[in-house]
This record gives sequence, C-alpha cells and structure tokens, in this order.
Amino acid sequence: MISPAHYVALAVILFVIGAVGVLVRRNAIVIFMCVELMLNAVNLAFVAFARLHGNLDGQVIAFFVMVVAASEVVVGLAILTSIFRTRKSASVDDANLLKY
Amino acid sequence: MTGILAAAAPIATPHIEYGQLSPMLLVFGLALVGVLVEAFAPRPLRRGLHLVLTLGGLAAAFVLTIVVASSSSVFGHGSPGHVAAEGAVGIDRPTLFIWGTILVLAFVSVLLIAESSHDVSPFAAQAAAVPGSAEEREGLEAGITHTEVYPLTLFAVGGMLLFPASNDLLTMFVALEVLSLPLYLLCGLARRRRLLSQEAAMKYFLLGAFSSAFFLFGIAMLYGFSGSVRLSAIAAAASSNTGSATLLYAGIALLGLGLLFKIGAAPFQSWKPDVYQGAPTPVTALMASCTLVAAFGALFRVFYVAFGQLSWDWRPAMWAVAILTMVVGSIVAVTQTDVKRLLAYSSIAQAGYVLTGVIAASAAGLSASLFYLAAYGVAVIGAFAVVTLVRDQTGEAAHLSRWAGLGRRSPLVAGAFAFFLITFAGIPLTSGFTGKFAVFRAAIAGGALPLVIVGVLSSAILAFPYVRVIVLMFFSDPAPDGPAVIRPSAFTSAAVVVGVLATLVLGLDPQPLLSLANHAATGMFIR
Repeated sequence: MISPAHYVALAVILFVIGAVGVLVRRNAIVIFMCVELMLNAVNLAFVAFARLHGNLDGQVIAFFVMVVAASEVVVGLAILTSIFRTRKSASVDDANLLKY
Repeated sequence: MTGILAAAAPIATPHIEYGQLSPMLLVFGLALVGVLVEAFAPRPLRRGLHLVLTLGGLAAAFVLTIVVASSSSVFGHGSPGHVAAEGAVGIDRPTLFIWGTILVLAFVSVLLIAESSHDVSPFAAQAAAVPGSAEEREGLEAGITHTEVYPLTLFAVGGMLLFPASNDLLTMFVALEVLSLPLYLLCGLARRRRLLSQEAAMKYFLLGAFSSAFFLFGIAMLYGFSGSVRLSAIAAAASSNTGSATLLYAGIALLGLGLLFKIGAAPFQSWKPDVYQGAPTPVTALMASCTLVAAFGALFRVFYVAFGQLSWDWRPAMWAVAILTMVVGSIVAVTQTDVKRLLAYSSIAQAGYVLTGVIAASAAGLSASLFYLAAYGVAVIGAFAVVTLVRDQTGEAAHLSRWAGLGRRSPLVAGAFAFFLITFAGIPLTSGFTGKFAVFRAAIAGGALPLVIVGVLSSAILAFPYVRVIVLMFFSDPAPDGPAVIRPSAFTSAAVVVGVLATLVLGLDPQPLLSLANHAATGMFIR
C-alpha cells in the first residue's frame, strides 16, 4: 500500500538528487536542469500534502510553481545563451573573472 | 441541467481592497505601460517617456502610501492594520513604512539608472550582441541603449513592495520571483566590462534559483505541517503543538535559508561581492538598498508572525548566522582592492547588524531595524553614485589603487565618499551611528549582549578598510594617468546630495524618523 507519506519521501529524495546535482555538475545548463528537478520535487511534495490534508491548496500551489519555473526558464536561458555566445562554453568553471 | 446549476452553491466574489493596494498596483500597472512604450513609441521618445512614467509613478506611489497610512478605514479604532486581497496581503504600519522606504530609495536609484551624461547610458547598446563583435560596435556607434531597464526596474520594485507585505507564503514566493527575475537580467546589461556583467548575471541567477528552490521546499514542509500557507495558520498550528515537529523545523530552516540568501547573510553571502562588482553600478545601488529593505521586511514578517511563538527555537541559529555574517563581512572587507567589492562586504556586515535587531524579537528591535535600513539605504546609493563618477577611458575606475590622491583633485566628490564611509563605520553625528546605537540597544534589551559585543568589535574591524580608503584618497599622491572625476549631471548630483543630506540630518536630528519608525513598529505586523 503506497501512502502519501511515501510520495513525500520520494519528493525529498528527488530534491536531494537535484541539490547534489547543482553542487557537483559543471555545465550551467545541467545545473539549471537540476534546479528544475528540485522545483518538481517540491510540486510532488505539495500534491502529496494536499492529499494528506484533504484540501486543494497544495494542488493550486503546484500550478503556481510551474508558471514561475517557466518564467525562470525564459530569463535563465537568455542569460546562459548570451554567456555561451561570448565564451563558447557553458561551464561554470570558465566564468571566473569575479573572485576574491 | 438546471437542477445541477441550482444545486451548486453561488461562488462568492473575491473582495480586493484596491485602495489599500494602490501603491503596489500603480507600480505594476506602470511597468506594463512601460512595456507598451517599448513596443510602440519611437526610439528617440522612449527615454523621456520612461523617465516621466518611472519617476512620476514612484513619486505617486509614495503619495498613495501616505494616503493609505493616514486612512481611518485601515487604522481606525486602534486597529493594527487590515488583511487585504482575501488574506494574501497584510497592510499594517511596518509594511507601509517599508513601502515608503523602498519607494524613496527606488526613486533615487532610478536617478542613477537614468544618468546619460558620461556614456549614452550605463546599460548595453544591445545585450544580445557578443562583446567585442562588429554588431556590438555598430550599436555603440549608433549611440543606442536598452530602455527596457525602466519597466524591468518597475517590475522589480513592485515585487519588492509585495514581498514584505505578503501574508501567505505562496504570495511571498511569487513576489520573490517577481523581484528577482528582473534583477538577474538587469545585472547582465552593463555597457562597459560586459564579460564581468554577464558572469555576475549568471552567478546571481544560478544561486538565486537554487536558493528559491530551498525557499519553496520550506513552504512545502510548512504546508505539510499546518495544512495551510497562511502565516497566521502556521503560527496557530505551531502553538497548538499539533502536527509533525520534523516538518515544522525543516520548514523554518529551509524558508529561513531562502530569506537569508536574499539579504546576503553568511554562510549564504558568496554571491554578493561578485554580483555587486559585476552588475552595472546603478543596479548595484538598487540591490544594495531596496532589495535589502524588502528582504528584511519579509524576514521580519515570517519570523515575527509565523514563528513568533518559536523564538526560543530559531534564535540560537539566528545568533550563529548573525555572528558569522558580522565577522565574515568585516574581516574579508579588510583585504579588498576593488571599491564595489569593498562596499559589498560592508553591506554583508551591515546585514549582520540589522540581524541583531531581528534577534531582539521585539517592537524596539523592529523599529531600530526599520530606521537602520532607511538610513543605510540612502547612504549606500550615494556611495555607489560616487563610484559611477570616477572614470577613465575604460569606464568606471573601481580599483582602489586608481583612487589614490582623489581628494586632491576633486575634494568635493572624495569628501562625499569619505562621509559615506564614516557613516558606514558608525561614527557619531552620522545616521550610521544612530542606527547602530538603536539596533544594539534593542538587542541588549532582548538579552543578546554577546551579539552586541561581536557587533561592536566587527564595526571596529570594518573601520580599518574605510580609514585606509580615506587615507588613500587624501594623503597619497595622485598617479599621473589616474582617473578623472567627471562633472556629474543633475541626476547623479541629486543622488549624492540626497545621500549626504539624509545622512547628515538623520545623524544630527534623528528624532522625527525614529519616532515614525517607533510608531510604525508599535502595532507590529497584522496576523
């Protein structure tokens, strides 16, 4: 029997995978995809909690998160493509002019 | 069919208090009008139209804020405020004080954004053109610029107004993104040194998106704990001791992480120096003043309203963060060689001092922090305005070695900058001293004496790099090929003069603004 608690556990696991991905990957696009994975893990948690509490707030919030994530993609890819066109590289290690 | 319709309960129309929300709605509305101007107005007209819309709109929103603050329908019969828009937005005195502060600071920042005398503008001719390409050169020679910055600024300011006012966490998350997304773009639009600017935008975007994912997961945990995202419902569930404590504490930690990232508290401060250095200086001024005020407003609301009963649980963690922030900000500032980075680390340390006001968890702490943020914000815009004036052929000469002997060449500009550094250091008779004194006094009353000792030591350390800059400007010989201080236009001069005057007046006679902040904080936040 799969209970909503299992979905919450899955959401936590997905969130941690995303967070670890952000920390270890070097390609800015992959880092960004890992952030999206974290946001989707949050959506899963919201929907599972909505089921647990028996109200619809969590499902509505999941829609808001999707819309915000979509607008984040627009802004993020604009920044990442402009930096890729300049440097011919999407690696976050190459963008190293600002430090100390 | 008719049977089904008759059985369905009538849908209640949501009630929106347009009057109370008018400052925010005006800013958002004018941002949309700005987008239309961008689409339909011919290029030569755009800057003028945007200036009228943006500056006029911010001024009008400030007037509306005062009207709301004096309206008896909100604050009549001793009421602390009103929860508007079906519980989404809390209109109370601290919020209105924060709105007024943000609108004034945004107005002064827009003066810097609009500066056009030493370059066509501080912003890129074409952000899409690759730096160093023929396409970019064409744009620069044609003397064009991105006027989209004005609507983007208005959207960011609108988000900043909503962020500290949101009464539920979903609204707060949307406001966080509305304020952040335009700022990510603005950071990447510098006209000079575009590689630095693009890098700053990428770092700010990736780290900002990362932190907002944590913020959101915190919201999910608190929703799981209480079954609602309303701040008052979370507070009620926390005090009734129902639900899982794990979810509650995980939620507080993750939500706090997202908010502390925005104010740049250590250990989440690493974006701040890079972004402040790489972003166009007017945008840095906007972030250092308005974003800080908005983020602290939201931090106050969340920790005082939703977690107010749990202050014994979150205060130890907040102590650690405040101490780390003050120590890291001041010690790393000592080694800086770039003016903008130095101001960034100084801003990190200042955030630590305001955090001591948060830890006080009292009305006195709130009012002292409100005063501190207003006084610091206007001074930091003035300081960045001075940075835009010291230039050589490649743009702003932000490296400290280039500032040697500046005081001999242009005593007025260097004197203004020295004055701002003195107020950041908290020397008496400046607003910085009054603010620090008020915050630390509130923290001592709240039982945080060790924190205040760390704060005083940290300001003593921080005074060292400031004094070094002042000595460099006034007591060393200017280099023969050193940068020139250009003659400021009316816009930048106004920003510097406002900064100097406000710092001086708030230092000599702080009582009017202090009483206003006290009055704003007495009722605390509406629940």
